[in-house]
Amino acid sequence: MPIDWFPLWLSLRVALLATAIAAAVGIPVAYLLANREFRGRDILDAAVTLPLVLPPTVVGYYLLVVLGRESWLGHVYEWVFGGPLVFTWQAAVVAAVLHAAPLLVKSTRAALESVDHAYERAARTLGAPEWKVFLRVTLPLARRPVLAAAALAFARSLGDFGVTIMVAGNIPGRTQTVAVAIYDAVEGGNGDTARWMVLVVSAVSLALLTLANRLTPRRIPG
Amino acid sequence: MISARLRKAFPAGPDSRAFTLDVQLEAGAGVTVLFGPSGSGKTLTLDCIAGFERPDEGRILLNDAILFDGATRVHLPPQARRCGYVFQNYALFPHMTLRENLEFAAATLKNLERRKRVSEMLERFQLHEVGGRRPHELSGGQKQRGSIARALLASPRVLLLDEPAQGLDAVLRQELYAILREVQHDFPMPALLVTHDLEEALELGDQMHVFRQGRIVQSGTPQGVMDAPGSVEIARQMGIYNLLAAEILALDPGRNTSLLRVGDWEIPGVYYPGHLKGSHVTLCVVPGQVRVRPREGRAPAGTMGLELLHVVAGPDRARLLFAGDFRAEIARGDWEGMARAEEFAVEIPPSALRLIKS
Repeated sequence: MPIDWFPLWLSLRVALLATAIAAAVGIPVAYLLANREFRGRDILDAAVTLPLVLPPTVVGYYLLVVLGRESWLGHVYEWVFGGPLVFTWQAAVVAAVLHAAPLLVKSTRAALESVDHAYERAARTLGAPEWKVFLRVTLPLARRPVLAAAALAFARSLGDFGVTIMVAGNIPGRTQTVAVAIYDAVEGGNGDTARWMVLVVSAVSLALLTLANRLTPRRIPG
Repeated sequence: MISARLRKAFPAGPDSRAFTLDVQLEAGAGVTVLFGPSGSGKTLTLDCIAGFERPDEGRILLNDAILFDGATRVHLPPQARRCGYVFQNYALFPHMTLRENLEFAAATLKNLERRKRVSEMLERFQLHEVGGRRPHELSGGQKQRGSIARALLASPRVLLLDEPAQGLDAVLRQELYAILREVQHDFPMPALLVTHDLEEALELGDQMHVFRQGRIVQSGTPQGVMDAPGSVEIARQMGIYNLLAAEILALDPGRNTSLLRVGDWEIPGVYYPGHLKGSHVTLCVVPGQVRVRPREGRAPAGTMGLELLHVVAGPDRARLLFAGDFRAEIARGDWEGMARAEEFAVEIPPSALRLIKS
């Protein structure tokens, strides 16, 4: 029986989209955590990390409550996109974002903080507004470790199982990601599929981690 | 014209002692040197003026613009202060070319005007040929000029220089001094220069404030401060003096003479108004003003018979180190004439003696 590679393609697509969303949300959050003093910073920091330590079922439960068809967010989504979010591949993206974001925020924050402050100070004395200091000085100087963080986040979102199965389900050809497909194949005694998918996922992840390590310099220039 | 009154307290930390900065200073046209050892608060003062640090209280004025006022809680961001800051390691953005670095500073100008001003500045600092290079492809001198050009492009009202000569070799150092003098001439504005190098202060400074443990302990021209250090600590900080504990044995205002005891020796001085017979003082003596001659047997009256420990004969000066950490510097020719002697008499001309109350 030929192996159905759809779950792998779906997972790559989900992970790519999830990483992009996590970066779009996570980099500003990392900026706030790294640069601003505000009330509730510690709580925000902890909240961002929470999905890393909570059981996947707990995260999945929250998502079902917040995004389910009964919730107001679920209603808004249905009204905008014409269908429910839960048990679609887009729900798998949401699950993956929750997994990718904590890693991305943590590493990005560390990367931003490691940039020599003299450059940022220089930019400020030259009259650059804060957004410009960040976009043209801090972020470019931290680009390699930030890219490494994105690679890690991508690898992490490739592998989600628990949250995905709770909110996106296990619909072959529609929401079945590679992690779920492997579980399915093992349960169904489909050893060939399981073996190949395990190998491919391992290889992709290994490549991503190697890339991330290469990108992380031992020292930020300056 | 910049005038600042600042107070900022840091409580003791796990690996730092409590520290309080409490200074008041004014700086007009020319270079004002903030002189002091590391940790004395001079860079912190600069950072408060630039807006990187927020003082607890005080007031900072730049040409009548209020940069900071503790009472009314005014604290302008660095962007609005128009302070040109030259950083210790230049802080040229490593991911931009030199030209892009300069354009960054002129961002408020229209495209055409910006290109023109940047080109002029590159030309002015002999950098037009390397405008396309990244900072790591530039020589030390080019980076230095580039960072000054970049600071000037933002049309600052005051220049803040944080140990710009730190870690430079002698040639680059002289180059920097020449550039800074030109900048002072072509872009007249107050400049505050942080340094712990007395040579640099003398070379560039019009005024000087001596920092010690978060306070300004003496102000004046660099030459004036050097000639009359206000305390033993300041004299020690200058690093150029022999400091000798002495007792005043006699004072004669009529003949303008005095007699001082230094260790086992009695040496003549001039009359020192405001000092009393029997009081203990510290003598400051510049090594270059000491006279040395060979002796046989006892040292003649008025001189000291010190034991010579070490000699460094330079190209034109010989540096002699005597017991008791007493240093003398004499012409090389003079040294060669007496190099074979075994014992020496050290004479300090009364005019070379500076007295500090202990």
